[in-house]
Amino acid sequence: MQFTRSRAILCLILLVIAVQVLTRVTGTQFYLTQLTMAAYYALVVIGLTVLMGYAGQISLGHAGFFAIGGYLSAALTTHNLVPYAHSPLVHFLGRIGVLVQGRDIYGEQLLTVTPWAACVLAVVAAAVIALLLGIPVLKLKGHYLAMATLGFGIIIYRIALATDYFGEADGISDVPGFTLLPGIGPVGPLVVNGDFGNRVQNYYIAWGLLIVGMVLLLNLIDSRVGRALRSIHGSEEAAEAAGVDTARCKLQVFVLSAVYAALAGVLLTHYNGGLGPSEASVMKSVRYVALVAVGGMANLWGALVMGVSLTFLSLRGVFGSYDDAVFGAILILVMLFAPDGILGVRPGTLLARLKR
Amino acid sequence: MTADLFFQYLFAGITYGIMYAIVAIGFNIIYNTTGIINFAQGEFVMLGGMIAISLLHVMPLPLAITGAVVLTMLVGALIEILFIRWLDNPSVLRMIIITIGLSILIREAALHIWGESIRSLPYFNGNEITTVTLGPVRVSPQVFWVIGVCGVIVLLLSLFFRMTPLGREMRACAANRRAAVLCGINARNMVTFSFMLSAGIGALAGCVMSPITYTQYDSGTPLAIKGFTVAILGGLGNSMGAVAAGILLGIIEAYSISFVPLAFQDAISITILLVILFVRPHGLFGSGETARLKEF
Amino acid sequence: MLELKRINKYFGGLHAVNDVSFRVDRGMIKAVIGPNGAGKTTLFNLIAGNLAPSSGEIRFRGRAIQGMKPHRIAALGMARTFQNIKLFQGMTALESVMVGRHVRSRAGFLAGMFHLPWTWAEERAIRERAMELLELLGIAEFADVEATSLAFGQQRSVEMARALAMEPHLLLLDEPAAGLNIYETAEVARLISRIRDMGITVLLVEHDMSLVMDISDEIVVLSFGEKIAEDIPSAIQQNPEVIRIYLGEDEEIA
Repeated sequence: MQFTRSRAILCLILLVIAVQVLTRVTGTQFYLTQLTMAAYYALVVIGLTVLMGYAGQISLGHAGFFAIGGYLSAALTTHNLVPYAHSPLVHFLGRIGVLVQGRDIYGEQLLTVTPWAACVLAVVAAAVIALLLGIPVLKLKGHYLAMATLGFGIIIYRIALATDYFGEADGISDVPGFTLLPGIGPVGPLVVNGDFGNRVQNYYIAWGLLIVGMVLLLNLIDSRVGRALRSIHGSEEAAEAAGVDTARCKLQVFVLSAVYAALAGVLLTHYNGGLGPSEASVMKSVRYVALVAVGGMANLWGALVMGVSLTFLSLRGVFGSYDDAVFGAILILVMLFAPDGILGVRPGTLLARLKR
Repeated sequence: MTADLFFQYLFAGITYGIMYAIVAIGFNIIYNTTGIINFAQGEFVMLGGMIAISLLHVMPLPLAITGAVVLTMLVGALIEILFIRWLDNPSVLRMIIITIGLSILIREAALHIWGESIRSLPYFNGNEITTVTLGPVRVSPQVFWVIGVCGVIVLLLSLFFRMTPLGREMRACAANRRAAVLCGINARNMVTFSFMLSAGIGALAGCVMSPITYTQYDSGTPLAIKGFTVAILGGLGNSMGAVAAGILLGIIEAYSISFVPLAFQDAISITILLVILFVRPHGLFGSGETARLKEF
Repeated sequence: MLELKRINKYFGGLHAVNDVSFRVDRGMIKAVIGPNGAGKTTLFNLIAGNLAPSSGEIRFRGRAIQGMKPHRIAALGMARTFQNIKLFQGMTALESVMVGRHVRSRAGFLAGMFHLPWTWAEERAIRERAMELLELLGIAEFADVEATSLAFGQQRSVEMARALAMEPHLLLLDEPAAGLNIYETAEVARLISRIRDMGITVLLVEHDMSLVMDISDEIVVLSFGEKIAEDIPSAIQQNPEVIRIYLGEDEEIA
């Protein structure tokens, strides 16, 4: 078990490197941009897989957590604090070293929160909101849970759309790059941004993060807590009888999946240099659910493969103006014919199902 | 707030509330026979409005509305036959996802057929500036259409479920599906019929509200959320409860305009939905015990 | 071990459990019997924490547990099986039993995610213990088979192994012989005796009279939510009230 898992991860790493080399050899490096973005979206999908597939709790609001991460990080690193420079809060922030000075393109002085601080704050905020939301929401089941999370998603969308601070319908642009590590000696800095020259570096940052995230979740699923989570999906009553604190377990995994979504939101926003309210829309949430479903629900590898490939195709514009319709159709077809995901389908069972 | 304004808001609230109630009744009918919450319910409303608007080019208004209702009922039946009927004991999660998928497909289809433009049916009597004076307030005659249609729907439904054999059979299926099947009732046909009925009522709602709220390809989802809020608030499956809850929500929304920015209007109903789900998931008017007994 | 004091439970107007009191002493096998609808399963759900009593007190190992969440009661050392078997879909037999070790292990969320070294030994111990129990119940060969796809009798065994994995002080068995044939029932009877010999107190609800009469130390008889008798098996067999109730509706008793 352990052995095959590390081998699978190794294969994935080799594949990631091979793809990069291939694009270089064939001169198709423009693919790396969408592959990078797809990796971040896949991070949301694998986090949601643990919540939905393994713990059995549906969320139709994960775009909301993605947006909380992205928007907070974008707003904090972009909005100029110079007008408030004398307020005690800004003063305090400056003292603890989370502010950075700079100049904008017109040469005006610029005072903003550093990306690292903004990232931590955004992810923590998402986690806290998930916690506060999860305590009441996760007591609900089935339709009620679906509607409640959908409602949460819509509220976040409305806030993004109606708040001046978050740029209303235009969203936030000109988000600066995120320097993960400063340059040391001959090694240049590690920056998340959309610069052409940084394309390869960003590809590896995104995929590195996705692989680390994947390993952590695979570990989790196979651990004591992971078994408890899966038992909740099977029978909440029996899980309780076996001593599993189901409420706590569900809450933990809800927060975890929110953190994955928020982190993806932060990094993708810095990579793209901005984001708009569509990232918070219901359709985005539904799309994540579709990707989890098509990956096979309780199947992290399926979620990773389908999450990356379908998102990549979508980002390349393969589905044209039928993009949303394609995901809607995927949802229906998968749930009708292959509730265990299309990777788990054997032609025989499909035929048997059709005959019935 | 002046007294005039107070009554004006009150009337607006009641009008919107009744529209939500009709959407909620659509939810209830399918829920009662199948235990499914049909996430595509809002799309039925949108389809009704859109089809009627298109039909209006070739026929008079009453015919266009009838045509829209019939066509939407066909869509409802088609959906049930193609996607729901042959599923063997599907999980709730699966049903949620399928109906969400359907709502997306219908919406996207509408986008490709009718585009993004905002349309509306004409006012059934007069035009947008025609008003009827009613004591201190002036209201559009369309308001009476909305209230009247809702009243007729509630009345006919309760007669239908009590008096007609088909209605009784549907109730039997709701109460105890297996026993109903043993008595020779074709439960599957009842489900198909509940989808048709629900689609038809949704479409009718879409037609009467179109002059007031306008119709766009994506106007279904917000309506569905509000309809669901009302359905929960009134006690899932309870039509009279839905009417009361709808009016309550409509009035709250109308008065909230004074306190809350327009952009957050939707957030109000969602907040109410969340609070209700947390505090009294069996609804304002239902009790925990009776919530398990499905009743029309 | 377990003591019920004047337990009442109402469902709306229905008085499902009426002023029931009894004790289960350490090391005994006690059975609750009664005709259908007597309130046996309700009583079990009250003890295990799935329902809260309307009034009365339930003490388990010296603590009042009424109204406590099921998982807390489980952590205090009470395990149960279900009348209609509840296994975890998508988990193998071995994994299902490993879930039973939950209360006897402690690796947390982050420890699991980061696969911290100190959890390795614990994880190995969980696996070994679960395997032992599968062997004890004679289903070790199905360890890696999905539990819900096993035969009915084997599913019961998995459920029993899961309960035993908790190393409970008290084991609640809800109709452990339901749906089993004579041979399997005899097997279950032997198993229950063995469980008692392991030092686990057993409280069971059962329809099968032969099983109950053979292995129980004491029997409580419920009818319409009321306790009508509590005695040793031979005395229960002679009790005219019990005979009336049972012969009235079920002629299999003898």
